[in-house]
Order: sequence, then C-alpha cells, then structure tokens
Amino acid sequence: MADKFTGKAPIYYQIAQKICNQIVRGEIKPGDKLPSVRELAVQYGVNPNTVKRVYMELDQMDVSEVHRGQGTFVTENQQHLDELRERLKQDKIRSFVLDMKEMGFTPDEIAMGIQLYFNDGIEGGEKQDES
Amino acid sequence: MNHNLVQFDHVSKNYMKEIALDDVSFQLPPGKVIGVIGPNGSGKSTLLKLTAGLLRPTQGKVIVNGKPAKRRISSEVSYMPEQDGCYPFYTVTEAIKYYNSIYTDFDEGKAKEMLDFNELSRNQEVNNLSKGGKVRLKMVLAMSRRAPLILLDEPLAGLDPMIRDSIIKGLVAFVDPSEQTVVITTHEVSEIEPALDMVIALKNGKIVKLDDVENIRGMYGDSLIEWMKEVLGPNSSSLKTE
Repeated sequence: MADKFTGKAPIYYQIAQKICNQIVRGEIKPGDKLPSVRELAVQYGVNPNTVKRVYMELDQMDVSEVHRGQGTFVTENQQHLDELRERLKQDKIRSFVLDMKEMGFTPDEIAMGIQLYFNDGIEGGEKQDES
Repeated sequence: MNHNLVQFDHVSKNYMKEIALDDVSFQLPPGKVIGVIGPNGSGKSTLLKLTAGLLRPTQGKVIVNGKPAKRRISSEVSYMPEQDGCYPFYTVTEAIKYYNSIYTDFDEGKAKEMLDFNELSRNQEVNNLSKGGKVRLKMVLAMSRRAPLILLDEPLAGLDPMIRDSIIKGLVAFVDPSEQTVVITTHEVSEIEPALDMVIALKNGKIVKLDDVENIRGMYGDSLIEWMKEVLGPNSSSLKTE
C-alpha cells in the first residue's frame, strides 16, 4: 500500500522529501537511477503530473540530474549531497527547537537537555543508534 | 484559442420536477485528473452524462473541446458508464476487438498493455469476471481510446479497499495528462485524493467548491475527506445512504 500523506504540504513536496531522506540515509546511492514516472506514480498512487513536479523539485534542489533518454539519476556531485544532508539536519533542528520553544523551554535548557541525552546515551542507548 | 476542455455555462438539468443540476457554471482545463465528489444524488453522474453528450441540459450550454456536447461528441469523449459497459457473453479479447472496431481512436497496444498490468486473462468471459475485474476491463476499454477527454463514472463504487487501490494504480500508471484529461466521479475520496489534480465538490445540484487539490490541502491540512465533510456540512446525511 502507498504511504499516506499528511499535513498541509503539497503531495509532490512530501514525496520529494521522502526521496531526499532515502538519499541521505544511503538507501538510494549517488548515481542511482530514480524510478520512472510510471513506477513512482504507481508506488504512491499519484498521477504523472505530480510525479513530474517531484522530479522538478529534486532537480531544482540539485539532488538529481536528468540524463536525456535514460531517466533521472541521483547526483554524484558530493558538494550537492553534502548540502542536502546539511539542509535536512537544519530542517529537523528547526522544527525540534520550534516545538521545544512552544512548550516554554529556553535555548539553554534545550542545549543542556541534548547534552545530557547524549551523555546518557553513551552508557545505554548508543548501541541502538549505531544499528 | 480554446484553453478550456470542458465548459458549463449556466447549466440546469431537471428530471421531470426533480432538479439534478441547478444553474452550474465552470471550466475545466486540459491535462488534469479531476475528481467530482459529493453525496449520492448530488448530481455527479448527471454532470458526467451531460459532458458525454448523453443527456441534454434543460437550460444552459455544455461545450467540450470547443463543440456543443451532443451525441456526436462521443468522438472527443470516452465515457465509462457505472452500469455494465460491454456484452457479458464476450471474452475479454472479444470486448477489446469490439471496441477496436467501433472507435477509430482505439489503441489496441495500450489496451493489451493495460490488460497485463491489471492481470486480466484474455479468454475469460466478461460474465465470469469478478466485480473488480469488470470495472478494470471497463477502465481498460475507456482509457485505451486516444480521446482528449475520459470520463469515469464511479469506478470505485461498491469495491473493497484493496481493489480500489489496484484500480487507482491502474489509472495513474496509464493516464497521460499531456494527451488526456480524466474526470472521475466518486464518493470514495480517501484513496483517490493523491491521484487528483483538481476537485469539483457538488451538493444538491450545485458546486460547493472547484479548486486544485493542492490549494485545498494547503487550506485544510489533512486529506480531502475532512475538507469534504466540512464543505458538505453536518446535515449531509445522504452520505451514508447507498
């Protein structure tokens, strides 16, 4: 079954984000061919207009390259991939900090909390993270 | 130039005293997958049949691809009826051959490709196909025509979620928005929502909303259903009735 889409972000954007996450996690490698329009349409149950916008979005983010007549490929440009990794990191931090601030935590409390979490993690939870 | 594929101009349709559509005006651009949603009796099928030229408006004008939608608009419009669409004693192959013989724009290659994708066996009699199988065959027949407009009347009605999902996959795999526009009526909005570009919401024969799905999602957040319930209001008890 296709993944469900949630929230207010357009569906093409949500799919582009999923693909970016897969690239950063290494599930899709630099230079890999991305699915065809039809494959992605079937996978997510979206129409080809949406898939084309996904690929336009990835192209604009310098994450993918179109090779004429062959399809769309993940970029092999390491600088662009590093930028993507950095951008995803910043996005996650931003949304985490926003949530924490809404609950009334100060920057010091947040930083301290993260520090302590990792200190604890070295004793207990580190192995899970490494898996 | 004609930028709208479908145009309704103050269209009303009455069946005797019953008002099915009430002074409806809208335009649909080409190259989109468009859902017509609304409770039963809201006028969805009437809207589709008027577009197909199978019904004539009581008042107003229906223009398809720049031409008035009369019976002969069938050369521009491929219409999949909700009720049975092909002879029950035909085999799947015979149904394809029959369509190929009556429609000059029929693409037999695409039809065969779609049959394989939908796992329809060619020697099966239409009569012996499951309910989902019949719908899939009807979709193959309707979508294999190179007509600029494809109308699918309730392709998801009365089917279980797995079959609905497979029908939507068949739709998105073979629709070519650069060549064709698809209009689908349904009241099963949850599965079809990601496959749609635009939505027309109908209630009591009037348009409550016509917008890009993206805009609706942007305004209402999660899924079309919540939004649908909202626009259709709390008194849409007709939603439950089959």
